[in-house]
Amino acid sequence: MLAASVTACGDDSDGGSGGGAKTLTYWASNQGASIDFDKKTLEPELAKFEQQTGIKVNFEVVPWSDLLNRLLAAATSGKGPDVVNIGNTWSASLQATGAFVPFDDATIGAVGGKDRFVPAALAAAGAPGQPPTAVPLYSLSYALYYNKKAFSDAGITAPPTTWEELVTVGKKLTKDGKWGLALEGANPSENSHHAFAFGQQWGGEWFDAAGKPTFDTPQNVAAVKRYIDFMAVDKIVNPSNAEYAQNQSITDFANGKAAMLLWQAAGNAAKAQGMAPDAYGVAPVPFPATAPAGGKKINSMVAGINIAVFKHTKDKDAALQFVKFMTSDAEQVQLNKTYGSLPSVTTVASDAAFQAEEQKVLASVLATSAAPLPQVAEESKFETLVGTAMKELFADAASGKPITEDAVKEKLSNAQQQMGS
Amino acid sequence: MVTTTTAPEEARPSTPRKAGRKPKSRLPRSKLPYLLLLPAVALELLVHVIPMVVGVWMSVLELTQFQIRNWSEAPFAGLDNYRATLDFNGPVGEELLHSFWVTVLYTTLSVGLCWLFGLFAAVFLQRPFPGRSLLRTLFLTPYALPVYAAIITWTFIYQRDTGLLNELLTVTGLVDERPFWLIGPNSFWALLVVSVWKQWPFAFLCIMAGLQNVPTEMYEAAAIDGAGFWRRLKDVTLPMLRPVNQVLVLVLFLWTFNDFNTPFVLFGGSAPEQADIISIHIYRSSFITWNFGQGSAMSVALLLFLLLVTAVYLLITNRRREHA
Amino acid sequence: MRETAGERWARRVVLTLLTLFTITPLYVMLSSSLKPLRDVQGPFTWVPSRPSFQAFVDMWSTVPLGRYLVNSLLVSSVAALISVAIAIFAAFAVSRYRFRGRQVFSVTVLSTQMFPGILFLLPLFLIYVNLGNATGIELYASRTGLIITYLTFSLPFSIWMLVGYFDSIPRGLDEAAQVDGAGPMRTLFQVILPTAIPGVVAVTVYAFMTAWGEVLFASVMTDENSRTLAVGLQGYATQYNVYWNQVMAASLVVSLPVVAGFLMLQRYFVAGLTAGAVK
Repeated sequence: MLAASVTACGDDSDGGSGGGAKTLTYWASNQGASIDFDKKTLEPELAKFEQQTGIKVNFEVVPWSDLLNRLLAAATSGKGPDVVNIGNTWSASLQATGAFVPFDDATIGAVGGKDRFVPAALAAAGAPGQPPTAVPLYSLSYALYYNKKAFSDAGITAPPTTWEELVTVGKKLTKDGKWGLALEGANPSENSHHAFAFGQQWGGEWFDAAGKPTFDTPQNVAAVKRYIDFMAVDKIVNPSNAEYAQNQSITDFANGKAAMLLWQAAGNAAKAQGMAPDAYGVAPVPFPATAPAGGKKINSMVAGINIAVFKHTKDKDAALQFVKFMTSDAEQVQLNKTYGSLPSVTTVASDAAFQAEEQKVLASVLATSAAPLPQVAEESKFETLVGTAMKELFADAASGKPITEDAVKEKLSNAQQQMGS
Repeated sequence: MVTTTTAPEEARPSTPRKAGRKPKSRLPRSKLPYLLLLPAVALELLVHVIPMVVGVWMSVLELTQFQIRNWSEAPFAGLDNYRATLDFNGPVGEELLHSFWVTVLYTTLSVGLCWLFGLFAAVFLQRPFPGRSLLRTLFLTPYALPVYAAIITWTFIYQRDTGLLNELLTVTGLVDERPFWLIGPNSFWALLVVSVWKQWPFAFLCIMAGLQNVPTEMYEAAAIDGAGFWRRLKDVTLPMLRPVNQVLVLVLFLWTFNDFNTPFVLFGGSAPEQADIISIHIYRSSFITWNFGQGSAMSVALLLFLLLVTAVYLLITNRRREHA
Repeated sequence: MRETAGERWARRVVLTLLTLFTITPLYVMLSSSLKPLRDVQGPFTWVPSRPSFQAFVDMWSTVPLGRYLVNSLLVSSVAALISVAIAIFAAFAVSRYRFRGRQVFSVTVLSTQMFPGILFLLPLFLIYVNLGNATGIELYASRTGLIITYLTFSLPFSIWMLVGYFDSIPRGLDEAAQVDGAGPMRTLFQVILPTAIPGVVAVTVYAFMTAWGEVLFASVMTDENSRTLAVGLQGYATQYNVYWNQVMAASLVVSLPVVAGFLMLQRYFVAGLTAGAVK
């Protein structure tokens, strides 16, 4: 019955058998330059859905500052939307609440099947060994963005592929009030994303197989230190970046104050800040020149937005129909193109919309060298605690304090202890 | 004793007093006061007291994201949350204690400064002069701005490279190296300044209203006695303001202690160690890390502390008032 | 009573310093709102080099500012009016009557000011949802719910403050009224309230501002249709960018009605008004 009502994509399914107008409530996350922009983007698409299925979708674009609290409130009370966007790093934490419909084989079958989705993206939709708590909607990965003019002015012909090269290049570019690299030092979640990717390269894991935190292993210490050292030792990062938490690093990059930026799909943001797409190049995030023991060939977390269905929905079929619609080929092309992200389904990867340099780099990283953040229920704690520890390290580095391995280890041990309770 | 329950009847007990008998200083006992209090009590029960009791209950539960959906069935944790929270040698308790002391210092300074600013502004605006009402409105303006906007403006002023503050400091040659204001040790002072800027207009408002009840004759009498500015302040203004001050200082204290918005907007959810005041600390411990049981335990501990301080404060101020 | 030269100078210095302290951030707002975004992000300049009103135009479409403003004004005014009305009755009872539970009431009410919002946010939310399910009155994500929440936030302090003001009004006035045959309500409305106007106005302003600025509860208890300015302004910080100039422009514009309101309430603070009425 379920399959019958969702396989059709034509006009034959007239809002199911319930009779009368069906309605769903959907909370979208803010993906574009403003909430208003998102509304204008989604409105015509949802109208299409209503036309196809007779199901009306009332939607609200929830700002990121409110989204997690609102989700939590909805999960606690069983009152709220039917379908929601969630940051994919929250997947395992939200999964633990048990408030979302698990995408077991039958359920995921109803939205097109497991194989439709980009494997890396689907891996970031819940704890391993359990049915995903959501399916991927928009996918992203980190890349190295560089200012083409600054590079050519300094006689640099190719983007760095190793951290050693990045430091050399960065030193060349750091002069006359301009800096080699910009980063978001006071933003805990940005910090933690880098901690994860660097950790992978240095052979570190933030949680062991049993899910216990292992923050202060030598590998993680070395990885975090490498990241902080861009400011503390190599001095290719403006110390002011230690207080950046409102995307000022994109601003610095767009304004030419910094020549390189490690960011997830920065294209639209750079454009919004007045930087033309041909002014910057995109390359994969570098690796260490010689891989440390146990180091993995990972240079990005799997970033992105997932779409989930609340268990308290009154009409699960309609909700799944909507998820299917949002992950359909046509919508994936249309929406991801608008937002500058990547499709989360494999079928449209070769679409003309995703053949620009930036999208190709991001897609190849996502396909070959991205790994999901630890899918454990305590993931948000990890982001907060490790990210904040790094924020403090940046603050120390900015004020000229030497950042020793012991100092890094102490901060990470402290963060780990706070996980304990 | 009147036993009827309708409102017009309630209002009656005072009318017989008309008959020339000298009324007592209080109107007689009746149900009227209870009726007058009823709306206030009902609403406070609904929004504060009952949720608060639930909150206290939460503090003895093991309540993380695993239980939140069915939290009425969450396992009973007894005093475990409190043990973890108040063990000041453990990592959680140690941070909480640090945060507590930061908050005590922050609150003391902020309340003191707000009160002083408010007092002097109100006193100096008593005497008419050109531009007085303009200043009065100006001083209240920070209070009229949406909190988010006001604080984000300060964030802007505090930016190391592009902020007004460092611009001023470097232009005047006070510093060579641009200091940080939003991270590191200065963040405490940055937070304090924002808090005072935002809050002192409220002290000003209350004191200004309080001064209306000081009859000008009292100042004149004091002036005839040769009392100077400070004597008049000490002997006339402050004693007359005592009822207002008693509440004002206490409430400023409680708000500042529980202030969440200022650090949250200024530092974006994770305050630097030096400015990690307790509300944001608890927020991080419950909402961001999803440990509501522990967050509630911290809140209850905080509440008990505030109750104690308030009780002591009221005892002292009331005694002083009675002696005065 | 003459002002000595020393006092005059003290007054000038203190008021000047306070003015500078108050006005500097306001000026930053104004000048930033007149700059293009690129200039706002650059080093601080006192005067916009390329002044533009674009931010004042764009701000209406980046976020639905108009709706937020209406919500905020509505929620804050209604909450303030109800809160003050309730507080007047309660304060009258506490100030003029001795009754069992008076002390308990006073202390309990004040102690609600100590409750950390974080602690009862979630329970209150659940209560609203359940009440809504049981009665059909939508409290969650509605302006009604916000109004009820906010009016109780300002209630305790309003009561205490008004008790303070009422206590300072000589009881001889009540008694005179009673001798003239006035019941308690007439005493309250015709004798006490007119004398306590500055206090009532101060408390109204306070109750309004409490609702106007609240962030934490609004961020959980509102949806798109009931969102207030306090949280709505965060919409200028998007995924890509913080539209600093628009935040500042929006803040200035939305504060205008409130500042205008302050101006209108000014006359209630004119010294001597009450003294004359009492004597």
